[in-house]
Amino acid sequence: MEQRAEYNCELRTANCEPTSRSDVAGCFPRIDLLRIACFLAAVMIVATLGLMLYEILSKAWPAINTFGWRFIIRSEWQPNRDLYGVFPMVIGTLTSSLIALLLALPLGLAIAIFLSENFLPSSVRNAMRFIIDLLAAIPSVVYGLWGIFVIVPLIQKYGDMISHHWGSIPIFKGPAYGNSLLAASLVLTLMVLPTITSISRAALVAVPMVLREGSYALGATRWETIFHVLLPCAAQGIVAAAILGFGRAMGETMAVAMLIGNSQRWTLSLFSPSNTLSALLANQFAEADGLQINALMYAALLLIVMTLVINLVGELVLKKTQKSFGSH
Amino acid sequence: MPNSFSPSDPHQATSSSATLVPLEPSFIEVKEFDFFYGKKQALFDINLEIPDRQVTAFIGPSGCGKSTLLRNFNRMNELIPNVSHAGDITIHGTSIFDPSVEIIALRRRIGMVFQKSNPFPMSLYENVVYPLRITGQRQRAVLDETVERSLKAVVLWDEVKDRLHESALGLSGGQLQRLCIARAIASQPEILLMDEPCSALDPIATAKIEELIVELKKDFTIVIVTHSMHQASRISDLTAFFYLGKLIEFDQTNKIFTAPIQKQTEDYITGRFG
Ligand SMILES: Nc1ncnc2c1ncn2[C@@H]1O[C@H](COP(=O)(O)OP(=O)(O)O)[C@@H](O)[C@H]1O
Ligand SMILES: [Mg+2]
Repeated sequence: MEQRAEYNCELRTANCEPTSRSDVAGCFPRIDLLRIACFLAAVMIVATLGLMLYEILSKAWPAINTFGWRFIIRSEWQPNRDLYGVFPMVIGTLTSSLIALLLALPLGLAIAIFLSENFLPSSVRNAMRFIIDLLAAIPSVVYGLWGIFVIVPLIQKYGDMISHHWGSIPIFKGPAYGNSLLAASLVLTLMVLPTITSISRAALVAVPMVLREGSYALGATRWETIFHVLLPCAAQGIVAAAILGFGRAMGETMAVAMLIGNSQRWTLSLFSPSNTLSALLANQFAEADGLQINALMYAALLLIVMTLVINLVGELVLKKTQKSFGSH
Repeated sequence: MPNSFSPSDPHQATSSSATLVPLEPSFIEVKEFDFFYGKKQALFDINLEIPDRQVTAFIGPSGCGKSTLLRNFNRMNELIPNVSHAGDITIHGTSIFDPSVEIIALRRRIGMVFQKSNPFPMSLYENVVYPLRITGQRQRAVLDETVERSLKAVVLWDEVKDRLHESALGLSGGQLQRLCIARAIASQPEILLMDEPCSALDPIATAKIEELIVELKKDFTIVIVTHSMHQASRISDLTAFFYLGKLIEFDQTNKIFTAPIQKQTEDYITGRFG
């Protein structure tokens, strides 16, 4: 039989985890104690996650009983009348994350291309990579402050002008508040940029050198190679980057809570205040009591399920990417 | 669909038969050529004339500079930072380093096959027409004709003609390497460079590629790097033996393998080192 072509050995070996427990035991026959300790730690993490889910579910239960699934599609949030529905926050969560994704993906991809190909000397590239990774280390509250002092005044300044001209388009409808969907989305864009950039960059770097050379040898230019070979090769990784960036944006709390305006009404206008599930929790939990606590727990449950699903899908896509490089 | 040739097609005139007829055969001349990776010299004063429509094999122990010289013919080494050279390489008497030579145009005249097959993540069809696509060729008839012609030339047509639009990645290693050869000759280059094209293949697939190389030399000037002396003796007309970045001996293949002049060549082909 002819053997199958294989590329990237590094990725291959990186995927080569020991297949069974006896492999590990075979390598380290004497470290049983350490193994038990590690196992316990792993169990504790799973148990903590389970307990957390249980706690949230049980606290949310009265609200689940009272409102059922209609909680998701109802728009009122009136603690004084004990009426709760999170439709505006679900919409706000999805739209703010989607806007952030739409802005961060092209930007992050452009940076990833720039950092993965040899446009610049590698020392400069490494420095840029470091700075972008540093963005991820800035605390959320600092992003929030930056948004308040920079983004919000900008929107106040130019938002009305834009809505004056294009206000008939729903997303530009005025009046322009500073604390708004747009303010939160712009800051989210910056916050998910490192995730999207570094995962896309990894996907582009993992494209085997022979594919680049193959394209250049056929007389392709650098950009032809990037668009026709590198991006399609890295497509799955880029999709994973987008999904994980989206997941990160959905769960982001502090900066969003500081900027989104906490309106209980849903909106498509970029300039109106909106709300997200995470911002709702952050802003209301301190003063909540009675059924409101249960409703907030229900909202938290919803957020957990949404982010878990998104992250799971993202991780699966990423896994598949790494596998497919070994075999094509 | 793949057979829909248009009679008015301008490409038709240059290639009426099923085999590939390059516009002009050419030869490569290497003159006093030195090559450096940074400060490290990889090639020393190479002088070599490669005739057209013959198979020229480069042999020698690993690290002796075979790939480096081969990758200079289409200036692939320029993808590596900090390389430099002295001396000259001419094709058809024109220096490939002449400022008027466009590197893209040069590479389009020279096909290259790599040690590991490198199909792009697209269909078989798109793989083969890639060199045409990047020149802006959109005419379906031309593309179809190119696919059929190129795949027939590498004896892959019958195996894959029903799955041209499926991903190329499902083929076996030998089929993939033939696909890459088809892609390398799709835009009718004059020269075909091959860098150990069989080293990742089993004996049966290797035999097929070797057969193919002998067939292709009717139409192309072929330069092949090989670590297998059997392969060199089976398929090449001329053999160049390199050692430590120097060209030790260059002659008819049968002379190199039966009556080498240099002691180093003899030592190498008799397996005393390398
Ligand atoms: N990209 C590179 N950077 C620096 N040195 C290189 C590079 N590629 C090859 N070399 C060196 O150049 C010499 C010739 O290599 P190569 O042409 O690949 O040899 P061969 O193909 O005969 O095995 C070797 O010493 C090798 O280490
Ligand atoms: Mg080599």
